[in-house]
Amino acid sequence: MTATTRRAGDVILKLDNISLSFGGVKALTDISFDVREHEVRAIIGPNGAGKSSMLNVINGVYHPQAGTITFRGEVRRDMNPHRAAASGIARTFQNIALFRGMSVLDNIMTGRNLKMKAHFLEQAIWFGRARREELEHRAKVEEIIDFLEIQHIRKTPVGRLPYGLQKRVELARALAAEPSMLLLDEPMAGMNVEEKQDMCRFVLDVNEQYGTTIVLIEHDMGVVMDISDRVVVLDYGKKIGDGTPDEVRSNKTVIDAYLGVAH
Amino acid sequence: MLYREAGQFKASYAEDQQIFAIRQDRIAVGALLVFAFVVVPLVANQYWLSAILTPLLIFALAAIGLNILTGYAGQLSLGTAAFMAVGAFAAYNFVLRVPGIPILVAFVLAGICAALVGILFGLPSLRIKGFYLAVATLAAQFFVVWALTKFGWFSNNSSSGVISAQKIEILGYTVDTPAGKYLFTLTIVAVLALAAKNLVRSSTGRAWMAVRDMDVAASVIGIRLMQTKLSAFAISSAYCGVAGALYAFAYLGTVEPEGFNLDMSFRVLFMVIIGGVGSILGSFLGAAFIVLLPIFLNTAAPLIEHGLGLQMPPGFMSNLELIVFGALIVFFLAVEPHGLARLWQIGKEKLRLWPFPH
Repeated sequence: MTATTRRAGDVILKLDNISLSFGGVKALTDISFDVREHEVRAIIGPNGAGKSSMLNVINGVYHPQAGTITFRGEVRRDMNPHRAAASGIARTFQNIALFRGMSVLDNIMTGRNLKMKAHFLEQAIWFGRARREELEHRAKVEEIIDFLEIQHIRKTPVGRLPYGLQKRVELARALAAEPSMLLLDEPMAGMNVEEKQDMCRFVLDVNEQYGTTIVLIEHDMGVVMDISDRVVVLDYGKKIGDGTPDEVRSNKTVIDAYLGVAH
Repeated sequence: MLYREAGQFKASYAEDQQIFAIRQDRIAVGALLVFAFVVVPLVANQYWLSAILTPLLIFALAAIGLNILTGYAGQLSLGTAAFMAVGAFAAYNFVLRVPGIPILVAFVLAGICAALVGILFGLPSLRIKGFYLAVATLAAQFFVVWALTKFGWFSNNSSSGVISAQKIEILGYTVDTPAGKYLFTLTIVAVLALAAKNLVRSSTGRAWMAVRDMDVAASVIGIRLMQTKLSAFAISSAYCGVAGALYAFAYLGTVEPEGFNLDMSFRVLFMVIIGGVGSILGSFLGAAFIVLLPIFLNTAAPLIEHGLGLQMPPGFMSNLELIVFGALIVFFLAVEPHGLARLWQIGKEKLRLWPFPH
């Protein structure tokens, strides 16, 4: 158990009584949990439990009908994607959401767009601040490329890459923003054992080296139990468990949700 | 063997981020610029300069404009000619009503006017995408032509909205020869093409492409969709506006609103599609293809007719031209849907390896 040895700081994200519905469909009902700084927080649950909706609420793609989100002490009714990105929340998607027409390098550079301040007229003449920024950010992006070991594909169009590498590029793009919180939506889905091990290593490295808080959705229970500090369990949009991996594993309701109940 | 980058090492990111990172490319581009700026005006005759090369460059500029919007930002538009018309009539009115205004200032202001109109008709893009947006931009096409014809003020109350563009004067020197107009056009197009290339390789261009490829992911990164789409409409329309002003001032001299019709919008769209969606080079290739092919067919047809000793009914040849033209477009799209720019790129990759297969 490496999880218990890691540092976990104060609560930086707190969700209170979040409810989200689409028409008559209740995606999330009255969910509250918190995330501490520097920890790896997993969200698990059967398909359709509302895990991805939860991430979409955190970074403002969805707006919950009820509840509040407290991020770094600021209480908000809801987030919007721009504000979430600006305050340091980055994410990856369940189905790869890379910019398919662009190279790996451009994809990752796009991750730093918020940090680029040059005016478009400066960019058009490629002079002064525009040129300087482009070089500075390139250097930073190359660090991330080194970190994730994707040097050999930096000029390749992302559409030509195999699935596992695409997932890695998506992680790189999220990291490029130097986020304080990283939301990962099934980062290991559809990978083979080796790719999963690589991905686990990268996630833990990010967490340890940069101190990035990680909120992760994952179906591979081995992975979840190994790398996360605390786990929240959702089922049918309701929270049914919350605690350390060991607590969750022995929770009766959680076991029932996953294995079914005898009638 | 000639086209090798072996031995050319890049020691800094600045070197790696050059537009033409391979030495041979830089030499070729330099040679092409010298050819276009020095050799062509000296050797080309009046017909080539004023009836072929100048409009080719102007259409290339319009195609760059549309490519920014459709190729890079992914917003389909059928209003290109309308934005060109705005540019042409705006430049005319600035020169007419502001005494002593330098022509280049009038062109810049014309571009800004077109950009504002572009933003206005870009507003629907915040809600609708794809074909539906294309239909919405049709509104621009019809509205602008209607407004320019209907309100006499725009054309200084001339009949049916015809305007005669004023002389191009730069620092007291009047540009009125075909070679002068060609060089005037070439300079503007070259500068604006370089600016467009710089834009699309910087954060503005990456934001456009991000919105084109995956808008949800783009917004999660912090890219503001509204701002990005509207900036694409503005800059694209500004390019089209300057192209329209050149069309009136350096090419035709006399234009009417009806000249900027839907046909012309489609023509520019075809240039973008055939040249290469999302490529500045492709805009030039596409414009060259669409402008030069009819002329080529026109010259080739009588030769073939004569060579085969056939007696064709009159008018048959001009129809045949259209058929061949259409067939070639379909052929190109089937063989290489990413356009001439992609063919060029594939050719270069092959040339890098030649004479070895791998």
